[in-house]
Amino acid sequence: MESPRGRGVLARDRSIGPYPDDSGVKIMKISLFVTCLSDALFPRVAESMARLLARYGVHLEFPEIQTCCGQPAYNSGYWEDARISARTILDAFEDSDFVVSPSGSCTYMIHHYPDLFKDDPLYLKKAKALQFKSYEFTQFLVDVLGVTDVGAVYPQKVTYHPSCHGSRLLGVKDEPMKLLNQVKGLELVPLPFAEDCCGFGGTFAVKMADISGAMVTEKSDHVLETEATVLVGLDMACLMNIAGNLRHRGEKVQVKHLAELLYEGVSVHEHS
Amino acid sequence: MNTAESKAHSVKERAGYALNNEFLRNAVKFTTERLRLGKKLASEEHGNWDEWRERGRQIRLHTIAHLDYYLNEFAEQARANGAHVHFAETAEEAVALSLQIAEHKSAKSVVKSKSMVSEELHLNKALDSIGVEAVETDLGEYIIQLADETPSHIIIPAIHKNRYQIAELLSEEAGETLPPDTAIMAGFVRMKLREKFLEADIGMTGCNFAIAETGSMVLFENEGNARMVTTVPKTQITLMGMERIIPSWADLEVMATLLPRSATGQKLTVYMSGISGPKRELDADGPDEMHIIIIDNGRSLQLGDPEFQELLNCIRCGACLNACPVYRHIGGHAYGGTYSGPIGAVLTPALNKNVAEWDDIANASSLCGACYEACPVKIPLHDMLVSLRRRKIEAGRGDKLEAMGMKGFSAIMGNAKRYRSVVSLGKWGQKFVVRNGEIRTRIGPLKGWNSYRVTPSLPKQSFRDRWPEMERDIRRTSGQMEPEIANRLKERLQQQKSRKGEDSHG
Repeated sequence: MESPRGRGVLARDRSIGPYPDDSGVKIMKISLFVTCLSDALFPRVAESMARLLARYGVHLEFPEIQTCCGQPAYNSGYWEDARISARTILDAFEDSDFVVSPSGSCTYMIHHYPDLFKDDPLYLKKAKALQFKSYEFTQFLVDVLGVTDVGAVYPQKVTYHPSCHGSRLLGVKDEPMKLLNQVKGLELVPLPFAEDCCGFGGTFAVKMADISGAMVTEKSDHVLETEATVLVGLDMACLMNIAGNLRHRGEKVQVKHLAELLYEGVSVHEHS
Repeated sequence: MNTAESKAHSVKERAGYALNNEFLRNAVKFTTERLRLGKKLASEEHGNWDEWRERGRQIRLHTIAHLDYYLNEFAEQARANGAHVHFAETAEEAVALSLQIAEHKSAKSVVKSKSMVSEELHLNKALDSIGVEAVETDLGEYIIQLADETPSHIIIPAIHKNRYQIAELLSEEAGETLPPDTAIMAGFVRMKLREKFLEADIGMTGCNFAIAETGSMVLFENEGNARMVTTVPKTQITLMGMERIIPSWADLEVMATLLPRSATGQKLTVYMSGISGPKRELDADGPDEMHIIIIDNGRSLQLGDPEFQELLNCIRCGACLNACPVYRHIGGHAYGGTYSGPIGAVLTPALNKNVAEWDDIANASSLCGACYEACPVKIPLHDMLVSLRRRKIEAGRGDKLEAMGMKGFSAIMGNAKRYRSVVSLGKWGQKFVVRNGEIRTRIGPLKGWNSYRVTPSLPKQSFRDRWPEMERDIRRTSGQMEPEIANRLKERLQQQKSRKGEDSHG
């Protein structure tokens, strides 16, 4: 491994998990891409992720200059505005060896960056580098670290909604299943029409509110059909949409990110 | 589709009618589910589906990249077979050519098999205007014609009607009450159409694939009506979009595998006809005269456009409609054009030079990518929808309020400190609307959202507020990295480095 670029002693001390190498102890920089939604609205999701990964000696570092991946502007056609936001992500993770995020959709957005910055040589270079080192949480845990059993116990009836961008575009399909299948006491019930979009779609939910409303209502119907007590997923935007509809209807089903469920399952187990 | 609905001029308005029509939504859900499941089983049974999708894509990419060559080859071969080949740049030209042929033949009636391109031309109305009766002979198209509507699905034109509504329409035509029994209704239509086939002067078809090497046309159908249309009348007119070409019969094997499985879940279509020219001396039947009208109508606008050329790869199977969660709720008429669903949302604006009139249909998508996943030739429709939205903004046709919102977005998100202070400001501001940790108010942008949902409130501390303390705590309690995990990380890092130069998308 080459020595990482521009890394000072401070960064070394603050954020890095050391591991032994032939040539002594080398440093790797594994960064948290928190996503604006998880940062502002759902801090427990990123916290669960950070604490869970730390159990494997992976110490996430958090570059504070990151904001939003720019997807709301990108998908609405405002690419200039998207670029302004996306640059904070490209700058934040320029020196990272790995970037881990609790959202398949925001992770996939990074794969649009080469297109978004095709006329900007400086940021195009950063964009191309970033896409190959970015991972959604379960991708990183299962595919990179090789962990499927985190030792969680969670005696509940759970159903899983595969978010579209994570599963279809990023290809994260088996990873959450492998993790859920190893949780002790957990009964996983299949969600009917699981692959159908929940109707979020960013500004779509505002612009086409009634179509989006019909979609999320049907998604909630399917969740309720399973009689699960907990709905899990890998994207807080979709989960916020479904949970919002369930609450609107007065339903009590809990809605969680898989990182939250796993970390709760681990903590309860250890403290009981 | 009632009058108010057909006059509605925005996707939102038209979708509103559909969302309030329980019959329509149930009928569309019922059939798209059946087709979707059929496709799923047929593609799984095939065993190498993704490999064949890629084959299909490559054939289409190659053909479209060399479309001038293959169109010439096709036209030469078809002429050598004795067919008259015409090129029409616009819908108007194609209509004029069709009417000329009908007038020249002193035709009184035309029987038609299913053709989406004839829907693009609104040909039935044009024929009617010169006193020629046009009769649709595909069952679904026949129903739609009786109802004086347009198809709401590429392959199932009457998908939005249930059998009770169909029985009503057919009873009116029969002059007696027909029960909503599929066999009885189909029996009535068969009898009725048999007369029409025998008296028709012209048979008119679309074209699923045109084979360049032999100048042949291939039709896929399940009812046998296209075979009647192409063998009984003395004159045949085939309408084809200029992109329907494939180079050879060997390529058809791939297409004949992909199309029926994607469309209906059938391994093979019930009737597949290959037609190479008019009746020859030893043939028992077939038309004496054959015309092929090759139609551009906006297609060539896509050639050389890197974002939209792949649109011409479409084989009109309708799989993207069946997979689309938006189509599922609003049906086809809400899209406003000849083509509906995800392909229609892109194709209609593209064929119409992206004029402002069609700006809004690109918004009727959550960009979930189900269309791309379903597409047998892997057209990235979800990316094309974003391209359409971007072109609208670049052309200065964006909504002013939205543009201001996006300027605000980038002003906040362009700088982490500003972003952080806005989140803090939000925590202060939200206390006017938060009740029990939830926001239910329906004002401003929250109006539509909160009509179906409640919004969570911002927590006391954001993640970045908590991180310094959290990080110290994590460091105190975290574990050691096992050598196995360390090795996996190292290996992955090497892989990442070797991929750096790649130009991957996904």
